Amino acid sequence: MAYFLQQLINGVTLGSVYGLIAIGYTMVYGIIGMINFAHGEIYMIGAFVAVIAFTLFAGFSFFAALLLVLVFAMLVSGFYGWTVERLAYRPLRHSFRLAPLISAIGMSIFLQNFVQLAQGARNKPIPPKVQGGFTLLNDGGFAVQISYLQIGIIVLTIMLMVGLNGVIHTTSLGRRQRACEQDKVMASLLGVDVDRTVSVTFVTGAVLAALAGVMVTLYYGVVDFFIGFHAGIKAFTAAVLGGIGSVHGAMLGGLLIGLIEAFWAGYFLTEWKDVAAFSILVMVLIFRPSGIFGHPEVEKI
Amino acid sequence: MTQDLRAILIELGITGLIAAALVFPLITLRTIDSFEGLTINARWLPSVLAVALVVLGRFGLILLRYERSAIALAGGAAAMLAAAYAWSSDLPLSKLFEVFLFAGGLFLFARAAIQWLVIARGVERARIDTARADAALALRRAIPLAAAVVVVFVAFLPWLPFSSIYMLDVGILILTYVLLGWGLNIIVGYAGLLDLGYVAFYAVGAYAYAIFAVNFGLSFWWCLPLAGLLAGISGLILGFPVLRLRGDYFAIVTLGFGEIVRLVLINWSAVTRGPDGISSIPRPSLFGVAEFNKRATGDLPLFHEMLGIPFSPEHRIIFLYYLVFTLSALVAIFTLRIRTLPIGRAWEALREDDIASASLGLNRTRIKLVAFGISAAWGGFAGAFFATRQGFISPESFTFIESAIVLSIVVLGGMGSLVGIAIAAALLIGLPEVFRELSEFRMVAYGGGLVLIMVWRPRGLLSFREPSVRLFDRRGRMRFAAEGYAVGDSPLAAPAPTTATATAMTAAPAAPATGGGAVGEGSVVRQKPTGSKG
Repeated sequence: MAYFLQQLINGVTLGSVYGLIAIGYTMVYGIIGMINFAHGEIYMIGAFVAVIAFTLFAGFSFFAALLLVLVFAMLVSGFYGWTVERLAYRPLRHSFRLAPLISAIGMSIFLQNFVQLAQGARNKPIPPKVQGGFTLLNDGGFAVQISYLQIGIIVLTIMLMVGLNGVIHTTSLGRRQRACEQDKVMASLLGVDVDRTVSVTFVTGAVLAALAGVMVTLYYGVVDFFIGFHAGIKAFTAAVLGGIGSVHGAMLGGLLIGLIEAFWAGYFLTEWKDVAAFSILVMVLIFRPSGIFGHPEVEKI
Repeated sequence: MTQDLRAILIELGITGLIAAALVFPLITLRTIDSFEGLTINARWLPSVLAVALVVLGRFGLILLRYERSAIALAGGAAAMLAAAYAWSSDLPLSKLFEVFLFAGGLFLFARAAIQWLVIARGVERARIDTARADAALALRRAIPLAAAVVVVFVAFLPWLPFSSIYMLDVGILILTYVLLGWGLNIIVGYAGLLDLGYVAFYAVGAYAYAIFAVNFGLSFWWCLPLAGLLAGISGLILGFPVLRLRGDYFAIVTLGFGEIVRLVLINWSAVTRGPDGISSIPRPSLFGVAEFNKRATGDLPLFHEMLGIPFSPEHRIIFLYYLVFTLSALVAIFTLRIRTLPIGRAWEALREDDIASASLGLNRTRIKLVAFGISAAWGGFAGAFFATRQGFISPESFTFIESAIVLSIVVLGGMGSLVGIAIAAALLIGLPEVFRELSEFRMVAYGGGLVLIMVWRPRGLLSFREPSVRLFDRRGRMRFAAEGYAVGDSPLAAPAPTTATATAMTAAPAAPATGGGAVGEGSVVRQKPTGSKG
């Protein structure tokens, strides 16, 4: 029981991170119907910028440094998200269907190797910034612990989710996004600047991914240029599992993937946990491509 | 232009700011490992140069926008000269920067030259377009001849006076990728399914060969067909559940399969020997008659003793070269033949419009499955060849990047054109060998190149397979109204295919590669239905 609880806590923490990345996939898919394959790399850049900024602001107190790091990472990732959309996707908005996906793969390879060139191929460790936590339960020598960091990650994720929900459902920006999601031509006829809305969506996704990157940097304390690929696929799996296009679905899917991974690693073989995650992706796509909250795709003739 | 100076300066400033935001954190602030943990090593020159390059490029585009083609022409030429000078001198500049400077200068020069011809010399835009279309047509007519010349050259390469072991090695590498590209082409180019996990079949072939050869001592000539067969079967098994999916979902599932295969190779140590890989894989013998070693290892006689010539390591390389050449030739002949068979035409019909094909009675799943199986078998052959050439394989060789490289070869080659894919393989695999100095930038160039090709020519360099009549042009504007198409069916509304063909369903699949429509974005309709049987 204690072990189960511990894995539950670990899984929810991991799931929060996947969920935040998955939102970027799902929002972009909802609006322009493409898989932003480079999104994982934006997350990786967020994590790298966090490492760089923590090193840069090493002399500051922890909270001042954290604030600066968050702002820095969100800004840089946001710029990357905007630029990627502007250069690699917007010219292909009306091209044949696979063109943006191939372009996105190219962007992903480019960003990954660009970071490797610019920052070196070795992984970057930072000293642990937050230590300690609560012991929830002590069951025969096995202590269930929740660290301050895990609490912070979960709380921040909940806050972001509530905030994003508010933005989408109450503000004019959210209304524009939902309008573009339903019908881009009609929205543009009614005066919605579609290009700008798409850009804002990309930046939103990138900022959330950057936050996830900062959290992961703090949580694991080490970052390398390759983390974006696997985290990206898993977050995409989460988005598909929840029903691509649905923000709530992305969060739920993220949680599920995080839990599955944590329990698999806890009860079965750690080495096979990625196989488990990918198998879920394959299974979901084969048996229920519309996910938990998604709408089934209608074939138009 | 001068009255808009303020707007131009603001535009340049914003461009510079964005470029700075992109390069400053990652390039200038380089983290270095040291005893006290990470420290920052500030490098200002590269990021300042990068920002300057972006701003200059933007200024070039602004010049073109204001039709100052003479200045743009001079600017482009100056950039190319400066890049060439910097390349030959030993200035402390990154080679990458020089390459970018040159490419940017070339682009600006070409654009400015066209603009200058149109504006200053009064050449009509249409004439340039026609000239381009004519040149493309001439090029296309020349391709069979050029291909024949290249095939003869490749066939006799080992006997040419200037050939060396190094050249043959590069040739073998290029031909391996040609083989892979032609295999993947069947799925991507003909069946129109984006397979991001092709490396899985490559891996299955390589491991099948290695395991049979090492554990059971089977000879190369037994293992090769076995490897192809196993890869083909794995293609059928993997393909069966996923072929109902379409578009991006299919792409992602194949990507997932590719990763699963790699992870299985790493973790299933009992069979695959895990991350260490399988070493000392036997080399192929001369059809079971002789072996290419210096001293005998088995009961086979030695090749050089048999012919009575001195031993040379070149013999084996020449043999491997001809082996992969023959394999490629087989695949090419097979592909050319199958394309005109009903199954090949069905692939293309599905690619163009799978709903229409299904309504005409084609069994979508079965047709796609055949494509998947054949393509996987070719990948397996390539894998077996790779294993025997390297003598060592490990899961490291079968990452997603490998799939992406093969895919970029197919895409660059024009998805469906065998000649195009061969050229693309020679470019993408051969060029990095030429520019060894820049080898660390190889993958950056791959990624950037893939994006540029997609933006510039989404259908690849040699795209013969443009639909012969288009309802919408590349930007989604309607060219002309066609019967049976409601206005509301604009490509903006539907994420489905934007290149709606007005071709009759029976004509599209029947048109062979050489008889397709216009090249690139040209709207010229020149269909030459040679060899059409449909």
